[in-house]
Amino acid sequence: MIDLSTEYLGMVLKNPLVPSASPLARQPDMARRLEDAGAAAIVMNSLFEEEVIEDEERLDHLMHHQGIGHFEASSYLPVNDGYRTHLETYLEQLAGLKRSLEIPVIASLNGTTPGGWTTHACELEQAGADALELNIYFMPSDLTCSSEQIESRYIDILTAVKKQVAIPVMMKLSPQFTSIGQLVKRLEIAGVDGVSLFNRYYLPDMDLQTLAVTPSLKLSTSVESRLSMRWIAMLYGRVKITLAATSGIHTHDDAIKLLLAGADVTHMCAALLHHGPEYLGEVLNGMMQWMEEKEYASVAQLKGSVSHARAIDPAAFERANYIKTLDSFHSPDGVWR
Amino acid sequence: MAKQCVTIDGNEAAALIAHRTNEVIAIYPITPSSAMGEMSDSWSNQGRTNLWGAIPAVVEMQSEAGAAGTVHGALQTGALTTTFTSSQGLLLMIPNMYKIAGELTSTVFHVAARSIAAQALSIFADHSDVMAVRQTGFAMLSANSVQEVMDFALIAQSATLKGRIPIVHFFDGFRTSHEINGVKVLGDEVIKAMLPDALVRAHRSRALSPDSPCVRGSSQNPDVYFQGRESVNPWYEAMPAIVQDCFDSYAGLTGRQYQLFEYHGAADADRIMILMGSGAEAAVETVDHLLRRGEKVGVLKVRLFRPFSATHLIAALPVTVKKIAVLDRCKEPGADGEPLYKDVVTALATYVGSGGDRFFAMPRIIGGRYGLSSKEFTPGMIRAVFDELGKQAPKNHFTIGIYDDVTHSSLDWQEMAVDAGLNVTRCMFYGLGSDGTVSANKNSIRIIGEGTDLFAQGYFVYDSKKAGAVTISHLRFGPELIRSTYLIGHDEAHFIACHQPLFLERYDMLAYAAKGAVFLLNSPHSADRIWHQLSKTMQQQIIDKALQFYVIDAYKVAADSGMGRRINTVMQTCFFAISGVLPKEQAIASIKAAVEKTYGRKGGKMVERNFAAIDAALAHLFRVTVPEQVSSNTEMKAAVTADAPDFVRHVTGEMMAGRGNAIPVSLMPADGTWPSGTAAFEKRNLALEIPVWDQELCIHCGKCPFVCPHAAIRSKVFPADAAADAPPGFKHVPVIGREFEAGMHITYQVAPEDCTGCGLCVEICPVRDKSHASRKALNMAPQPPLREQERHNWAFFRSLADYDREQIRWGGLKGAMLAQPLFEFSGACVGCGETPYIKLATQLFGDRMVIANATGCSSIYGGNLPTTPYTTNAEGRGPAWSNSLFEDNAEFGLGFRLAIDAHRDYALQLLQTPGLYIDPALIAAIRDADQSDEPGIHEQRQRIAQLKTHLAGCDGELARNLESVADDLVKKSVWIIGGDGWAYDIGFGGLDHVMASGRNVNILVLDTEVYSNTGGQMSKSTPMAAVAKFAAGGKSVPKKDLSMIAMAYKHVYVGHVAFGAKDLQTLKTFIEAESYDGPSLIIAYSPCIAHGVDLSHNIRQQELAVESGHINLLRFDPRRAAAGKNPLQLDSKKPSIPYKTFAQSEARFSMLWRTHPDAAERLLQRAQQGVLERFHHYEQLASLSYEKEEGNDD
Repeated sequence: MIDLSTEYLGMVLKNPLVPSASPLARQPDMARRLEDAGAAAIVMNSLFEEEVIEDEERLDHLMHHQGIGHFEASSYLPVNDGYRTHLETYLEQLAGLKRSLEIPVIASLNGTTPGGWTTHACELEQAGADALELNIYFMPSDLTCSSEQIESRYIDILTAVKKQVAIPVMMKLSPQFTSIGQLVKRLEIAGVDGVSLFNRYYLPDMDLQTLAVTPSLKLSTSVESRLSMRWIAMLYGRVKITLAATSGIHTHDDAIKLLLAGADVTHMCAALLHHGPEYLGEVLNGMMQWMEEKEYASVAQLKGSVSHARAIDPAAFERANYIKTLDSFHSPDGVWR
Repeated sequence: MAKQCVTIDGNEAAALIAHRTNEVIAIYPITPSSAMGEMSDSWSNQGRTNLWGAIPAVVEMQSEAGAAGTVHGALQTGALTTTFTSSQGLLLMIPNMYKIAGELTSTVFHVAARSIAAQALSIFADHSDVMAVRQTGFAMLSANSVQEVMDFALIAQSATLKGRIPIVHFFDGFRTSHEINGVKVLGDEVIKAMLPDALVRAHRSRALSPDSPCVRGSSQNPDVYFQGRESVNPWYEAMPAIVQDCFDSYAGLTGRQYQLFEYHGAADADRIMILMGSGAEAAVETVDHLLRRGEKVGVLKVRLFRPFSATHLIAALPVTVKKIAVLDRCKEPGADGEPLYKDVVTALATYVGSGGDRFFAMPRIIGGRYGLSSKEFTPGMIRAVFDELGKQAPKNHFTIGIYDDVTHSSLDWQEMAVDAGLNVTRCMFYGLGSDGTVSANKNSIRIIGEGTDLFAQGYFVYDSKKAGAVTISHLRFGPELIRSTYLIGHDEAHFIACHQPLFLERYDMLAYAAKGAVFLLNSPHSADRIWHQLSKTMQQQIIDKALQFYVIDAYKVAADSGMGRRINTVMQTCFFAISGVLPKEQAIASIKAAVEKTYGRKGGKMVERNFAAIDAALAHLFRVTVPEQVSSNTEMKAAVTADAPDFVRHVTGEMMAGRGNAIPVSLMPADGTWPSGTAAFEKRNLALEIPVWDQELCIHCGKCPFVCPHAAIRSKVFPADAAADAPPGFKHVPVIGREFEAGMHITYQVAPEDCTGCGLCVEICPVRDKSHASRKALNMAPQPPLREQERHNWAFFRSLADYDREQIRWGGLKGAMLAQPLFEFSGACVGCGETPYIKLATQLFGDRMVIANATGCSSIYGGNLPTTPYTTNAEGRGPAWSNSLFEDNAEFGLGFRLAIDAHRDYALQLLQTPGLYIDPALIAAIRDADQSDEPGIHEQRQRIAQLKTHLAGCDGELARNLESVADDLVKKSVWIIGGDGWAYDIGFGGLDHVMASGRNVNILVLDTEVYSNTGGQMSKSTPMAAVAKFAAGGKSVPKKDLSMIAMAYKHVYVGHVAFGAKDLQTLKTFIEAESYDGPSLIIAYSPCIAHGVDLSHNIRQQELAVESGHINLLRFDPRRAAAGKNPLQLDSKKPSIPYKTFAQSEARFSMLWRTHPDAAERLLQRAQQGVLERFHHYEQLASLSYEKEEGNDD
């Protein structure tokens, strides 16, 4: 019997497949189907502080600013005691998942203010989260903001949250750092329990009819997992914290590659949205089948076996690989070049 | 009275008991009683139970008549049942009230008493409505204060179950229904003690049941009906004693003792005032004041008006009484006295005439009217009545509170302060309707009323406008129960706050300041500069009254604290810091505690921000050093310009300036007829930003004037040389389009002082600067720097001649928008979704339009004085407008049609009269005129002018008669306008009948999908899954498809439009509908603040509504069927976005996810399915072939 267990943020998971933040976790029955399909833990969709604030402002408007000063109406929409704010809904959802699932539930938080990070982190811990993912989104549109300032912001947020909560904290990072390795090391020193590589950023689009800038959301593809694979391979063995791979993991092949690179867990999102919760079981089976064929006994055995430190050609993870990649590109048959 | 426990208003006091003591509640919205129904619905929705552990069933009906019918039915089948209403609503219940009383059925109707529409509608308090039901057989119990409302709601419930006589429990609308005051809430033990289960079972035992069947409601004949009516006498005879018994039991439970007729005053009083309602509380204050000064006066409060117990009345009067003034809060024109007066006269005359010897002699009794439509009733007025009684020959049938210089009924009075006010702190707050001032003040009242030993009272005066409305809060705090049922008067306020600097130039607020009062002003000007911004009058007032003057830049403090433009917390903090009502530290701690209580864990960030605002407010509040001398040369702006007509200056202008109370009777139009077009004289300067036209980019599409809700941006085409003398900044360019002659220019001009700054014109503008995507052909810019320049430009624009209507190409927006809007500058909300439709109709047909307007938003912004937005063109023609009622509008409009047609037919008949010698060619031309277009109408007008010239030279009655109806030979356009509450609910029966009549009327339904004017209650137009008042759990059934119902007639033109989604379709629909010689129905989708959207997104919301299939744009033209074509044209495409995308963009839907997530998902899925099915159905109907098959003659 293959031992699929893995260690993640100090917890032992039955396997390395952990669905990441997605709408699936919003629905308890979907979350249960994920668990039934074999998910080892679940990362909730993020609690966005902006959304919490916007919701509070909406409630404030409903409670105090509906009136327009006309005698016949002091309000227009009924607000009753049963009104549940976005934060309450999220906390209830978290508590609900904890009640109905046996696997660990990781809450995810996207804050915007120092107070928001810490306050909400405590609330999530109190609501039963087994661990906390800090999903930091920061767009340095201020041209005077230095890379050092940006990185310090990450450290400051982590330090503040770690002071407030006892549960493990992991950080979801974007790939847009000058020196990712150094940042991860700094985070480790600051007390992070794990990092999740990499976050995908919202990218704007344009509507050519209206010339309006519009939000665009495209699901990831397998190709995107390569970036995570490289950096997990680079970091494996050089930091002691949990390494989670996210973005672009669609198949058991993708997952295995990330584990070989050194990931403790692999997060899946787009593929599950596309194929449904049960697809996780297929990935798990595929993974086991591959391990059987290759005669791996455990995930622990294969984890990091093709990392930068242990790969046949470590340089392939670095710049030399760049030349090879370019050189290997050729047009499809039938295209003149 | 001991210290109060909670601070609530009268409506809540009544609803608390009604909901706790009933099983069925049938409701319908009407101001000022709507809140009772709203609270009941909300409480049931939250699972709150009645005394017996059941959740009362709350059901909204289609009208008050429907509610009364439902109440009757529920009572007949044994449920404890109630309803709430006011005014016309109570009148609609009358038929059922006779039945309910005739059948000796126990119920209580809670009524917030309000005026009845006569020469005009009024939403304010008097007893016209309750007096109109005194004959129904209901008992009538009058509560004078918020505490009494709660007490009497329960006492009435108890008495009706004991005595079987139904009761109207009434209290004064607004004054009591909306006054916040301290009350002791009744515990269940009191309620249970007053309502033993045995009484409830007895009520139930009288229910109709097939298990013990009987017949009730039979038809009786001359032989027994009379006796049947008399058979109830014992119950009526017993009722006063039963009510008194309930009063006494209640006193035993609560310590509050009431009497059927309650006397307060000198035991040896010689002058007595008798009245009922809130005014009696002011009378008590005044009597106490006069007693201390040795006057022998008293007041008798009437509690139980029906059954009227003369015995109790006489027993309650001091034996020493010599003169009595009976005051009625209503008017019975043509009667020799009002109802209460006549009852008192009858009682005393009968008593004395039959030998009663309680009094030394028959007292002299005079009657008077006071307080109609919430007219103030003050100690000074009450004193004047006692003074009148002191005269040798006091005036009978007097009025008090107005200046009647026509029939000289009024008494003179001088305002005076009473002792009761000595230790009371009086505060006034001038706020913007939407800035949260009222909410903050209610919060302050609770802080003080519930957290200290002080008593608190709050009353709020609102505006007649919906956009940029002012609210004036009147707050009193004192060590004793506050009975002052009147506004704070001149020189009385100890604290005055002006929350909006704009109000300084509009209101003489410091006239209300007492000597040494505190004046708090929100202004961007610093403490050392603010003095120079004040008018001469204001500076003088501050110096003369030695006011303590403070200033704060609340908008800056709020913005810096993350509160945006919400200044309520900042201003509330300042109030507590400097008013001296509470020690500052205690007050600040209380505000913070209130903030935490308000938001709790629902609003951590809001708590944080509010706390920051509170702290920052204190740091940014500065006292102004007041100079000893006045330095200003400016004066407050006149309400209207000097060139306004006399009537506008002396009547409308005075009303605008807040001096309407001083207008004498002689200046009032006796029959309710007011001049059109007075809104143009009121320059409200509401917009912070106004649109600026970029004439280089503009393509002259006409969309901006089309969407403007206030007709504040307009286009005009004119010969270039007409602008030779234009002000320097006046922009104009050669007009694009071959339809215009060479040398013609076009301008798009904003009315800077009338624009409300909604930004819809910019939103709709389709043109973008090629090298700067955010710039359009219209861009918003701050108003103040543009105000003067654009004011001159606007005046010049007005002076330019309008483009010739005969030359206009009506099929396109550019052409149609050259027509003058004859509906302008209304008081509608900023960004209103309704008014563009009305404005369009007046542009197209306004000079021959007669409008019947159902009560609702459109009648309020259309006809709520002081100003009138319907106006006239250069020839003096324009829409003639009237509002009858809510329920009868279609019928009212049909009456217009019938009269106009009758006069037209009569005129045609007279034309042919030989003795008038009218040119036969002219007769034929008039008779056969084609008036289907503008030139045709113009020519007919010329013919009528020719006819009138001829008739002027003719003698005789026939000529005069023809002159009187000749104008009806020009085509008139009858419009029946109202909201969905009218069309889908209360007026549907009439609407249906008028459609069926086949007559040529145009029905415009401004469909906001709720009762907007009364605060967003559900109508049958409300879509499934939307939250509305009376549908707090989301509406569970779909919107009624009025289009489909109307189309079923086949002969009705039906159009469904959404101007923001497809403007040309809207234009086309209006033109087609009006041209159809039969009934036309236009259902006009109108985004509303009640949807929970910012109306600056009005256009986007209409697009989403159409794209999602929520609204299907269509036209059904019976003329097409006659021509062998399918009459139905579907103008919108298949739904292209999920319904959820539309629903999530509006709080009315999205908040259901917050309150009832499961229901939200379920209802949304059904709604999605519903829109797809409906579209599919319409699509199939629109594709049916109407071509006649060969050989088929059917």
